[in-house]
Amino acid sequence: MIKLIGILVVAVGFALRFNTLLVVMVAGISTGLVAGMSFHEIMELFGKYFVENRYMTLTVVFMLPVVGVLERYGLRERAEALVRRARAATAGRVLIFYTAVRQISIAFGVNIGGHAGMVRPLVAPMAEAAAKLQIAKAALPAEGAARAKQGKLPEKTIELIRAHAAAAENVGNFFGEDTVFAVGAVLLIQGTLQAQGFEVGLWALSLWGIPTALVAFACLVWRACALDRRLARESAAEPKQEGGR
Amino acid sequence: MKLLNLEVFYVIAGIFLLLVAGRIALDRTHAKRWGSALFWGLLAVTFLAGKSLPPVAVGYMMLAMVGLAATKRMGFAGETGTSAEERAASAELLQNRIFAPALLIPATAVVGTLLLSKLHVGDWWLLDSANTTVTAVCLGAVGAVGLALGLTGARPATPVREGSRLMQTVGWALILPQLLAALGGIFAQAGVGPVVAELAAHALPTQYPFVAVVAYCTGMALFTICMGNAFAAFPVITLGIGLPLIVQQHHGNPAIMAAIGMLSGYCGTLLTPMAANFNLVPAMLLELKDKNAVIKAQVPIALVIITANILIMYFCVYRF
Repeated sequence: MIKLIGILVVAVGFALRFNTLLVVMVAGISTGLVAGMSFHEIMELFGKYFVENRYMTLTVVFMLPVVGVLERYGLRERAEALVRRARAATAGRVLIFYTAVRQISIAFGVNIGGHAGMVRPLVAPMAEAAAKLQIAKAALPAEGAARAKQGKLPEKTIELIRAHAAAAENVGNFFGEDTVFAVGAVLLIQGTLQAQGFEVGLWALSLWGIPTALVAFACLVWRACALDRRLARESAAEPKQEGGR
Repeated sequence: MKLLNLEVFYVIAGIFLLLVAGRIALDRTHAKRWGSALFWGLLAVTFLAGKSLPPVAVGYMMLAMVGLAATKRMGFAGETGTSAEERAASAELLQNRIFAPALLIPATAVVGTLLLSKLHVGDWWLLDSANTTVTAVCLGAVGAVGLALGLTGARPATPVREGSRLMQTVGWALILPQLLAALGGIFAQAGVGPVVAELAAHALPTQYPFVAVVAYCTGMALFTICMGNAFAAFPVITLGIGLPLIVQQHHGNPAIMAAIGMLSGYCGTLLTPMAANFNLVPAMLLELKDKNAVIKAQVPIALVIITANILIMYFCVYRF
């Protein structure tokens, strides 16, 4: 039981909003000490796993310079312009489309996308532009597109759309992976069961990932439509606030 | 022999991080100049020489980095990018060509996975086949920087400056995924997993097949919430709850159990700040005020999927 101290440290630390790095380090040190390791040994383990897991940070480090340059030269603005031309675009539909592409491509073993490479430079700006368009159209149907160019979304709305864009990336990434083609997770499952003497086929594992993949996509569609409805409600409420001007 | 293995890209990343640290050290207006420069400098060293340094040295370097972040000695100076008008003008000029570098990266991922990973002359392979995804994305990113410089006519210093700006926007959260992976490793070494699995198996009336399914699926999700990683939870919960109860006691199908069990773990990933690379780093990247906004957006999704998983597993695992 005492070995669970690390989990307690993490829970309390997150709840009290201490610096997350500090919470994680303290959790590791206390778990190690309780398990009878010396401080030196704990540092050695931290160092070993930190170096082994550098690949987790690698893609973000590589993406940021490209994304930075492209943003400087108007990538987000261009993505917005593209969306303004698609009349049926809504924030929710942009996210549904992205998740579909992400789920299908990763099902075939191709990992495109990512928060740094796709969501920040392309998906989020497109969804935001579509939302501007929605709101402008609701206010003044005739001049919709023209107004959308100048209009600004309230900060709360921007946060909401961006958070949903990140969610779309995660859902597409997680729940497409274990279908069709065997990649990392499926191999791990097979290896773990094999070590216990259970032989399972890769195809069986992939096949049984499909129902959940469909449920996950349906969930994303539901959330995306809820987002669109919320944007519509907010834009309907907006003219009243502007009434004073 | 692999020509483009992870180590090659670690060194490139290390050099870039060193440039970031150097830029900050030279910036007299940076409010947290030395703390920030030290933080990025230390990270650069772990990328450049991580393999050859003794792990214990890296551990103490991490302690220093965590100390710098926790005492707020590192931070963002607030370097500004270009103005909205400049960006709009440049977007007008470049039209859709601006997308080419951004799309080159997924294109490289496709070609890399399907083609480049199979390219070899004798024992010389172009890509490291064990890490095709990561190496292909990095290769694509290097190509994309070149293409972007060609298209925009920007100077080679621009990617370093803009990358450094974005890197500082993400800040210390950048190393959180690695630190959490290390914590997961320490949990595993200390034997935290079996304790959790045993608690769950003993606290519940698992003689009912449905309860066994609920215990396994929620166990996967809860333990993933604690560890931040479904891959770490899978062996522990499957050996502790899944195989003994669902397969051995109630004669369920191991393939169905395992496939849906892993996906139940992913529901936990959607809910936890411990999965920093999926939930917290994006919040920093998208410059969200509320760091938990991504998790909040994912809560309804995760709850519906885990419920669906329990039902799918219950109706299928004892039948097929």
